[in-house]
Amino acid sequence: MSLPDYGFYILCGTAVVLLVSEAVRDPGKTAVFGLTQGAIFALVALGYTMVYGIIELINFAHGDVFTLSAYIGTSILGLFAVTEGSFTALNLITLLIIFPVVMLIMGGINVGIERVAYRPLRNAPRLAPLITAIGMSFFLEGVMFLWKGPATVHFPNILPPWTTTVAGVFFGFKDIFVIVTSAVLVALLAVFINRTKLGKAMRATAQDRDAAQLMGIDINRTISATFFIGAVLAGAGGIIYGLYYNTVYYQLGFRTGLIAFTAAVFGGIGNIPGAAIGGLIIGLTAAFSDIYIGGKWTQVVIFGILIGVLVFRPTGLLGMRVPEK
Amino acid sequence: MSNATMSGRQSPFGRLNLRDRIRDRDTAVYGILIIVALLFPLVTIYATGGTALVSHATYAGYWVLLAIGLNVVVGFAGLLDLGYAAFFAIGAYTYALLASPQLASSPAHHALHGNFWILIFVSMMMAAIFGVVLGFPTLRLRGDYLAIVTLGFGEIVPQLFYNFDQWTGGINAIGLIDQPILPAWAQGPWSGDGDFKIVSPFSFNTDPVAYYVLICVLIAGAVILVTNLYKSRLGRAWMAIREDEVAAAAMGINTVTTKLLAFSIGASFSGFAGAYYAADVALVSPDNFLFIVSITVLVMVVLGGMGNITGVIVGALAMYYVVFYLIPGLPQNVTSLANSVGLGSLNQSSGDWPGLGEATQRLNFIIYGGILVGMMLLRPQGLLPSRVREQELKHAAVQEEEAAVEQAHA
Repeated sequence: MSLPDYGFYILCGTAVVLLVSEAVRDPGKTAVFGLTQGAIFALVALGYTMVYGIIELINFAHGDVFTLSAYIGTSILGLFAVTEGSFTALNLITLLIIFPVVMLIMGGINVGIERVAYRPLRNAPRLAPLITAIGMSFFLEGVMFLWKGPATVHFPNILPPWTTTVAGVFFGFKDIFVIVTSAVLVALLAVFINRTKLGKAMRATAQDRDAAQLMGIDINRTISATFFIGAVLAGAGGIIYGLYYNTVYYQLGFRTGLIAFTAAVFGGIGNIPGAAIGGLIIGLTAAFSDIYIGGKWTQVVIFGILIGVLVFRPTGLLGMRVPEK
Repeated sequence: MSNATMSGRQSPFGRLNLRDRIRDRDTAVYGILIIVALLFPLVTIYATGGTALVSHATYAGYWVLLAIGLNVVVGFAGLLDLGYAAFFAIGAYTYALLASPQLASSPAHHALHGNFWILIFVSMMMAAIFGVVLGFPTLRLRGDYLAIVTLGFGEIVPQLFYNFDQWTGGINAIGLIDQPILPAWAQGPWSGDGDFKIVSPFSFNTDPVAYYVLICVLIAGAVILVTNLYKSRLGRAWMAIREDEVAAAAMGINTVTTKLLAFSIGASFSGFAGAYYAADVALVSPDNFLFIVSITVLVMVVLGGMGNITGVIVGALAMYYVVFYLIPGLPQNVTSLANSVGLGSLNQSSGDWPGLGEATQRLNFIIYGGILVGMMLLRPQGLLPSRVREQELKHAAVQEEEAAVEQAHA
């Protein structure tokens, strides 16, 4: 254990003590809100971490894929006569339809993005795919801007407006819905990565692309699958975000993407459970910072954490030390 | 070669050995750039009767300075910096605070009005110091991790300028920034001022041409400086670290100081450009230094050809033209084009159709994104890649091919 490791553990310990003490002082909305937004960050962070793990690309377009899914979601919801503010059978059916449809559409779009913008540059200088990723990010923002204009877009509020207080903690159906859905998706992803053949291929490709290829793994197909799954999760995250906040904005993906990326780095980039835990921690930190330090400092706090983690422990919370190439 | 000398004997142009002289691509590019820079204000003032285009060229000049500075960090030393705008902000705010009425309304209660020619170097030093401050803890990091730390830094700095609004005015920005003053200046028909006259003392605030001349001089100085750095021992050390840090360290290069120098020299260019920008625009706000600025500079460097100074300058000018001139001007151009070809009805908004100009405006993001993706797909090595890098890339490609062939045979 080296000195930076101690620094990291001291940082983490301080953060945990602060969070716990704040949670004791205010055992209510803030913690619940933090967990909820953390669950959404986690879903987006998974896409970042998977893509980075497999092709070492910071996929700047990922945050915009997340936003685009909310835009597509709200358009599809517009086709149904959903009831806002209360919960009907039609709302339930719509929900059951909208999730798989949008997730599949987003997966397809992301595979297309990879095919057009990243695959031709796989052997180009390192910075070239980074620039195309930024280009794709602008492109997707432009598409949303063109589609719905610069104003915020309303996302129908179709979840039951039920709230309750248990042991002094105030929460609603929405909070439970967000946390449970995200947890289920993360669990499904973990099973997929660890138990299926394609998941194994993805792990192998992330470890050593050439060796994986020699073992007969179709690299292009595996990378496409990674982008597909990343976008499926981001698609679900976008709809969940829309259902929870009921308003989206075409540039939402930029900031959310950066924060989710911070979460991925915090958990150890390339590490899937790390991204999920990182998302929750960053979400909680942001919520407490909003309340106790002030909203205008939240960004400074989050990026300060990002820098602190990278300086003291670049491999993040759960990352492994990889030999330098 | 013999062909070139043969034709040299025949044609009068050949006698100048022009072809041999411009065989060196860089010399040719510099020659063209100097001629264009000299003729630009004369031609545009004569043609348009105003100095708007000269102001545009001056703004392009800041971007060229920024791109040259970032090229030292990214192109020479191979350290990816995604927060370069932070140093631009630090330079601009240093000058803005020390040369404007701003500090009178701050807790210090006393405005400072420093001399531009001293403060521009103070700003430069300030940015360089922050370059070291950021660089020092990040030395252990490589590649993308470094990129992420700089990205975080680039996000924090403008936010801090927002948050410390007692000092910086926050969202209200700092205005009324002092203009540079020279003891004497020559005006004449070339700057659209009629007869030749000497103005003394001369304040820059009325004259876009003066800013243009000064930025050209600064760029020329920066180019000479960077070219010499590139050829120096330090430049070779940067290149060695870029190619293989472990091998460079084994060869006796002090990687810590070499990397820190890359960071601080790169940052100082940005701080320098920032101070000059603050003086010219006379208004700095945190909004001028967001992530998009860092990205635009990076795109200029990569698009032009990383590591190659002429490439970076050309890339910066090309990107400036596209991002700040072509795309913003597009709606108006499209509207007048539609009018002139008899499709003026398209310009009226009706129902969902917002009118042709507005529709084009909404396409801006898509066009910009499309250009970035398209350019990288067509020329991932940049417009004018460095000759050395080009050879290395070819070499690597050949090696990979050979390895693949061997693999196939085995």
